[in-house]
Amino acid sequence: MKLYNTEISVRLLLGTAQYPSPTSLTEAIQASECEVVTVSLRRETAQGSGAGFWKILRRTDCRILPNTAGCHSVSEAVTTAQMARDLFDTNWIKLEVIGHADTLQPDVFGLVEAARILCADGFEVFPYTTADLIVGERLLEAGCEVLMPWGAPIGSGQGLRDPDALRAMRAHFPDTPLIVDAGIGRPSDACQAMELGVDAVLLNTAVAKAGDPVGMARAMTQAIRAGRAGYLADPMEPRDMAVPSTPLLGMAELG
Amino acid sequence: MKISVNAKQREITSDTLSAALVELGFTEVAVATALNGSFVPRRDRDRTPVQDGDNLEVLAPMKGG
Repeated sequence: MKLYNTEISVRLLLGTAQYPSPTSLTEAIQASECEVVTVSLRRETAQGSGAGFWKILRRTDCRILPNTAGCHSVSEAVTTAQMARDLFDTNWIKLEVIGHADTLQPDVFGLVEAARILCADGFEVFPYTTADLIVGERLLEAGCEVLMPWGAPIGSGQGLRDPDALRAMRAHFPDTPLIVDAGIGRPSDACQAMELGVDAVLLNTAVAKAGDPVGMARAMTQAIRAGRAGYLADPMEPRDMAVPSTPLLGMAELG
Repeated sequence: MKISVNAKQREITSDTLSAALVELGFTEVAVATALNGSFVPRRDRDRTPVQDGDNLEVLAPMKGG
């Protein structure tokens, strides 16, 4: 899979927040085999509160995908993206423009506007969006080459609330990398997303808040591989009625 | 002069952003900066003046999803 001309072999992008310890974060990254991790920018202290975290990440050799989490306006998101590029030396940005403090639903109008500004400035934008097809079209027109529809609200672990919408996105954007971002709770959710044909899954809380984050990281990658393989193998269509799988021809008359 | 640094009032004597960061102790860590809401790239800090009442944001890598 290519994301902005970068080849990615593991279809899991992993968040780095909420782990019980730095060691569990490092081990979860290793267990997942992921090649991309998400990070944020927050206020620094003169004592360097972010330095230890940064050292850990650099040791993983993962590609960094900075986010604009917590930004509620276009100007906030654009400025945060610019600061992220300066800090991490990457044009990649996971663009979040949050529209509602409770649901953390994307403000898709602000998202399109911010994406247009950032794409014109050379950023490679990963927009956190809804599964709305028209919003997706606007984001592609703005210059995005990846779409990241939500599965369910951030951190909720509810799984895919609207699988049909994701299926419609796959059909509508056959050549655009689709990454389900947010809402995954269990490996079966990640597997379902991949079976629908999305290209990858981005998750954080489902691993970090599991009883065994390292085991869950491994399970997520296995589920994603299984879902992808299932999608490529072209699953059968569901039937309304039972159809015997064992041939009736040649049955003995025993009754 | 007094400036706001990450929402805390600080007294400094430096008159450029790069000197102010050193004076404020941001010497060991990688940071990104914004002055009065506008992004200031690393390469421009030497020539960016800091004035009384300015609002400086200093951000660092942090955990995120």
